[in-house]
Amino acid sequence: MIDRRPFVQKILKNRKDNLRVVSGIGTSTWDIMSAGDNKGNFGFIGAMGQSIPFALGLAKSQPELRILLFTGDGDTLMSLGSIATVANHPVNNLTIVVLDNESYVETGSQPTATAGKSDLELIAKGSGISNSYTVTNENDYEKIMNTIYDEGGPSLIVVKCQAKATPLVFPHSFDGSVSINRFMSSIKS
Amino acid sequence: MTGINKDWRNDIYAVFKDLNITMVSHVPDAGHTPLINLCEKDNEIDVVTLTTEQDGVGLSCGAYAGGRKSALLMQSSGVGNCINALALPNICRIPFLTIVSMRGEWGEFIPWQVPMGLGTPKVLEAMDIKVFRADYKDEVGSTVDAAARFAFNTNRSAAVLLSQKMIGAKQFKNG
Repeated sequence: MIDRRPFVQKILKNRKDNLRVVSGIGTSTWDIMSAGDNKGNFGFIGAMGQSIPFALGLAKSQPELRILLFTGDGDTLMSLGSIATVANHPVNNLTIVVLDNESYVETGSQPTATAGKSDLELIAKGSGISNSYTVTNENDYEKIMNTIYDEGGPSLIVVKCQAKATPLVFPHSFDGSVSINRFMSSIKS
Repeated sequence: MTGINKDWRNDIYAVFKDLNITMVSHVPDAGHTPLINLCEKDNEIDVVTLTTEQDGVGLSCGAYAGGRKSALLMQSSGVGNCINALALPNICRIPFLTIVSMRGEWGEFIPWQVPMGLGTPKVLEAMDIKVFRADYKDEVGSTVDAAARFAFNTNRSAAVLLSQKMIGAKQFKNG
């Protein structure tokens, strides 16, 4: 099991100019913010289940950029159908990293479906995302980096994480209009 | 706006072209089918078939963040699926446009369509969506044009309800 926060920080360290990062509701947003403030980040703090469709729309609109979505198992499980939509309207430049701690940590660590019988890698494969794999060891860092920057997508990587609470790291603003306009300014420039 | 076409779906398509709307997502409805077909024939428009209407909200917002305008087509039954997702364009002040074909309001055959048909305008207004309505064919183009401009010029959410009176209520036959 991987310690998610330093792992996310490692992935985002020395990021390339062509990367834009989106995060789903919950710990994922605090994770990416912990790697340092960056105008090329947009973090959900609500609208659960919408980060995958958002990332798809962004990837379709900006084919020259690499789009990386960090989200959790809870957010992903809320919109499983969106994985089928990604598979059937494919984009080459989208990597979805599911930080799967098998629990709703922020609400008291209730188990999610992935703590039981459900497997997001198999769900992604069955939905038609052939480049889907599970990582349980930090030694797979290079493989993940290759997927994010170089492989044809879409890809879905399940990163099995420890279920532990981590400190909240707030974004530049909680006002969505400030966040999205700042993020869009990173695309125009 | 171009002139009024024989089929009011062509008037909606003309608005899409006029305002450079290049992504159209949908959970299909028979009322929208001619418009979906027009969009699919157009190489400049990406048509995305969804598994649930709410994903069209996130898709539209992501597309806008990347610089593209889009529209979500759905039946009134899909509006209820979108409620929490509509927080995204609201809090981010992202322009959002949806065109809703109404069921359960005018000569409806299927009782199951009535609850969400009755609820659709109330639900949209409860989420601060500006609701426009077209009851007659010759006002569809101007209404969609007005709603789209409202959305994209003022960074708000807008919905156009296409009345069942105009679309026509299908009468089903057993067997």
